[in-house]
Amino acid sequence: MTELLPEIGTVFLCLALITAILSGLVPQWGALRGDARLMRFADSGAIVQGIMIAGAFGVLTHAFVVSDFSVETVANNSHTLKPMLYKISGVWGNHEGSLVLWVMILTLFGAAVALFGQSLPLSLRARVLSVQSLVAVGFLSFTIFTSNPFARLDPAPIEGLGLNPLLQDPGLAFHPPFLYLGYVGFSIAFSFAIGALLEGKVDAAWARWVKPWTLAAWIFLTIGIALGSWWAYYELGWGGFWFWDPVENASLLPWLMGTALLHSVIVVERRDSLKRWTILLAIGTFSLSLLGTFLVRSGVLTSVHAFATDPERGVFILGFLVAVVGGSLTLYALRAGKLDPVGLFAPISREGALLINNWFLVSAAGTVLLGTLYPLFLDALTGEKITVGPPFFNATVLPIMVPLALAMAVGPWLRWRSDQLTGMGGRLGLIFGIAALAVFATVILTTDAPWWGLAGVGLGVWLIAGTGLDWLRRTGLLRGGFAKLPRSVHGMTLAHIGFGLVILGVVGNTGWTQEEQGLMKVGDKVTLGQYEFALEGVAVVPGPNYRAQQGTLMVSKLDSGGDAVWTAPFRPEMRHYRDPVQTTTEAAIKTSVLRDLFAVVGEGNHQQGFAVRVYVKPLVPWIWTGAGLMALGGLLSLSRSFARRPRQVTTKEATV
Amino acid sequence: MSEQNSVWRARLTRFVPLAVFALLASALYVGLSLNPKEIPSALIDKPVPQFDLPALVGRDADSGLSTADLHTGDLAIVNVWASWCVPCRVEHPLLKRLAAQSGVPVHGLNYKDRPDNARAFLDELGDPFVRVGVDASGRAGIDWGVYGVPETFIISGEGTILHKHIGPLTDQAIDSILLPFLAEAQGK
Repeated sequence: MTELLPEIGTVFLCLALITAILSGLVPQWGALRGDARLMRFADSGAIVQGIMIAGAFGVLTHAFVVSDFSVETVANNSHTLKPMLYKISGVWGNHEGSLVLWVMILTLFGAAVALFGQSLPLSLRARVLSVQSLVAVGFLSFTIFTSNPFARLDPAPIEGLGLNPLLQDPGLAFHPPFLYLGYVGFSIAFSFAIGALLEGKVDAAWARWVKPWTLAAWIFLTIGIALGSWWAYYELGWGGFWFWDPVENASLLPWLMGTALLHSVIVVERRDSLKRWTILLAIGTFSLSLLGTFLVRSGVLTSVHAFATDPERGVFILGFLVAVVGGSLTLYALRAGKLDPVGLFAPISREGALLINNWFLVSAAGTVLLGTLYPLFLDALTGEKITVGPPFFNATVLPIMVPLALAMAVGPWLRWRSDQLTGMGGRLGLIFGIAALAVFATVILTTDAPWWGLAGVGLGVWLIAGTGLDWLRRTGLLRGGFAKLPRSVHGMTLAHIGFGLVILGVVGNTGWTQEEQGLMKVGDKVTLGQYEFALEGVAVVPGPNYRAQQGTLMVSKLDSGGDAVWTAPFRPEMRHYRDPVQTTTEAAIKTSVLRDLFAVVGEGNHQQGFAVRVYVKPLVPWIWTGAGLMALGGLLSLSRSFARRPRQVTTKEATV
Repeated sequence: MSEQNSVWRARLTRFVPLAVFALLASALYVGLSLNPKEIPSALIDKPVPQFDLPALVGRDADSGLSTADLHTGDLAIVNVWASWCVPCRVEHPLLKRLAAQSGVPVHGLNYKDRPDNARAFLDELGDPFVRVGVDASGRAGIDWGVYGVPETFIISGEGTILHKHIGPLTDQAIDSILLPFLAEAQGK
């Protein structure tokens, strides 16, 4: 029976496709005619799709776990000697499997709306779910007709080709699922936006529904991006964490736009304003998620990447992109007129600040998009080939981030509708003073501080101080009290402070990293600032599916007299994999509050020495701490959204 | 009258996102038909461009790469690489294999890179290059028609570009294309 499992997987996919086509059309028809029975079909349709795809995903996972090499995807991407964790992560570590994961998340989200969204007006729920199903139709047809994960190999090979060793890492094993949860999570905001355009109504209740989904997607995407950059940091062995590579940009784009959406939804919820803009952002965010998938999967920009280039797949995704984005923007052009602006506001107000935040975030997204696609445009128009590298992005995106962070510190102080900056002179002076003090301390404590590094320190501290001060003021701690605030305020505070920490981490890394590299023999020592690295030995250690050259460095922190305050062993590795042949670097990193110590032992031999690189990277751990705080802040805010949800579900169930 | 105008303007404004997307989509469509892997380099069978690049730190001062170094009478391979390029890491062991199996000198063109990072890259993964020219500004890369890193060129002894491989080397590309190509070119 189990031999036939892959065929059953195909059947699951096909059944899900048929269900998705029906639940894309029937409820829409029902909503037009006002037929409640047809509309209710959306619920069961969404749940059935979720079950079918989860089944297909289970079957594929089983094939990977038992190493069934008669399935082509498994043969191409797995190996019997691989540890179980990477057999499972191999399910989504390839084109076909990652599509199944994408659709599974999409349909499970749809099922969740059907199960937990019973308090939504029936016609809105039917329309939302039907849009969600139509998106699933696109992805399922793509999977089944161009990239069937259950395609068979006959004869089946005895051994698989293995998973790219660079991807065999715990950080990266969970990077794609989080990223996809983020990408696909924005599909719900998109479906709600289309539903609202069809209904011709956007109100506070709508925003209360969209907000938690957007927030959840944003949290996942934040974690996903942070995991990816953390992986690059310790696995690629440079100590770099962001390379402005098209694939990274593809994940940053929806994050920037999604962050804007997150903030503008609040304005819709509170002030019944910025409705069209919010709808446009919801469409834009999901469109960028799709575009990201297109860029990564089609091969237009991936000539330098390891993903398969397949024009047939590219044309399909582009057609789908045109249908989804073109269709929804046409709908927007025709129907957005119905969404009249209601809540008016003055330029200096909370709404005004949030709108400015939106403009900066969207400009940043536009800039990244331009830089990512510019080589393609130029090629299409003139045939000239160029590459756009980190210098472009650093020179264009970072200047947009500066006013954003400056305004972020002050925006939450403002009142809704209208406010004056005049009364805030004292507070502005205080946080400016704190920031100036931090810059001054940095000048004294460090050497060779670049001016932009100091400006960056000032900016990060300004944001953290402004956010912290606002929190102290609102809680009343300054006056000795403690007001009970909504959890979303604490969430926002954490997230904004997190962003400040990210700024400081990036600045610390770029401005103050110390490094030393050279050939070292066993017994050699190298000193970097307050730290001494002594190479004690280099040995070959076997791993489950690789051989590692493991160096042992004794690292000591020296006091002013040159004595060791503490000593700790570092064991960086170079891993040589056989299937496929590849070498990966595992840096040894010691993280403390203020800095990372980072060491790599590279190629070499005992006669001439080994290529050793050591770094002291101030504030770098703050990048991931900050990203973690941002996600945590989002989570705190989210817990409140769920707690506040109207509890009509139970009463309805009781009457049925 | 002017009121009607402003109503129309508001309606037209709502079509702006759609228009922007239409532009984007047509560019993507054109981009798809320009399959980057199939475009022959305009420079095939042309002489290599005029350039003279300094050596990488930590290597011999005279081990830079210039046009003259590609006029030695023998075949040469030029690999465009950078430490920031992840596929270059992946391809590096294969480049070493290509150098060892073909016996043809492999030169590096280090494209838009930081010298210390480039140095560390070679220290860690090994240095198969005879010469490495540092193209910090990317100017030489433009003359070579580089549009994605890595790229690998085969150069004749008279300094003519014979073949270009775009993207990271693969086992298959080495065994079925590059090695046979080199063998045939050597036989001539």
